[in-house]
Amino acid sequence: MSINVSFTLNGEAVSAHVASRTLLVEMIREHLGRTGTHVGCDTSQCGACVIHVNGRSVKSCTMLAAQADGAEIVTIEGVAKNGQLHPMQEAFREHHGLQCGFCTPGMIMSALDLVKQNPDPSEKEIREWLEGNLCRCTGYHNIVRAIKAGADSMRVG
Amino acid sequence: MYEFNYHRPTSLDEARKILGDNDEAKLLAGGMTLLPTMKMRLASPSDLVDLSNIEGLADIIDSGDAIEVGAMVCHAEVAASDVVRAAIPALSDLANSIGDAQVRNRGTIGGSVANSDPAADYPAAVLGLNAVVKTDRREISADDYFKALFETALEPGEIVISVRFARPKRAAYSKFPNPASRYAIVGVMVAETTEGIRVAVTGAAGCAYRATAMEDALSKDFSAGALEGIAVDAADLLSDLHASAEYRAHLVGVMARRAVRQLIA
Repeated sequence: MSINVSFTLNGEAVSAHVASRTLLVEMIREHLGRTGTHVGCDTSQCGACVIHVNGRSVKSCTMLAAQADGAEIVTIEGVAKNGQLHPMQEAFREHHGLQCGFCTPGMIMSALDLVKQNPDPSEKEIREWLEGNLCRCTGYHNIVRAIKAGADSMRVG
Repeated sequence: MYEFNYHRPTSLDEARKILGDNDEAKLLAGGMTLLPTMKMRLASPSDLVDLSNIEGLADIIDSGDAIEVGAMVCHAEVAASDVVRAAIPALSDLANSIGDAQVRNRGTIGGSVANSDPAADYPAAVLGLNAVVKTDRREISADDYFKALFETALEPGEIVISVRFARPKRAAYSKFPNPASRYAIVGVMVAETTEGIRVAVTGAAGCAYRATAMEDALSKDFSAGALEGIAVDAADLLSDLHASAEYRAHLVGVMARRAVRQLIA
């Protein structure tokens, strides 16, 4: 069975004709060509594929494209505005919150959901929130520092 | 995963019709268990019936002496709900301990209760708080609901609508999580309800069950000490690479005492 799936991706209306079993991350990467969202484990554990669906962070490897029909979706490509890095992205750069960088898109999308709910998270809250995001370079300390700094600069605006 | 037909009905009638027409159809709630299972090709439904567009399945209703949580309410919403926090803080805490943030943003109470994974958290709450599982055709009391491994009282095609929790006098949940998945290796809900003390265990056996010897002991003396010396038989408990049956039996006692201590503190 193939179906038409339409949603808003980073503010732009998009659609594709996909097989019903197509995962949301496959549609985004392979049908729509936005490859900023990564597939690490493909088993809903690593969090490299985290995107926002209707304002909530989700793992796009564990959602069907069909389930996203009509949704508002934001991926890492939608975070920077007018060529300016988002404060959270800037904080990851400044604090070297990455080593190989593969987990970074998911880390940033996850961090943005945390800060939306909790604008001033403690280090403990950040570490607990990152339960679903794995960095296999194990560079967690700087990721946590980056998220704290990103949250601080988002509050200042 | 294998190919299937995808449906997104807008009413329960429509959903029932699709289920009736297709023997191998499955209901899709948040998909946090079903989709990974299909990806591993351990499940291959002919049709998926996505419940997300049916109105009225995603509300949390406060009726004073009880709260009713719609089947499609996700764990993050239960954890963040002021209504739930005010009525049953143990339920908020339990919801917030499931999986990770992204799983909590998709996984639903209805999906968890319908699936009845032996290591899921919600079954301990449903059974411990003496909840009622409301379906499209009847109401099932918690004591009649959990049957065996991945087996509940639900009939083929029966759709969970909501879970109704009577407000307990007090309740606490304590779990020993698997450090990777956060599933309960053992989780225990201890509750003082209007009908008495209930102790429900998840993670340890094929499905959630009540530890009646512990209930009796706590009814006489509500203290962690009252649970000392109550033997938990390992014979019927699960054993896997995470924990032996004997270790799970030990953890049932430890988690129950921790839950009691939370309530006394």
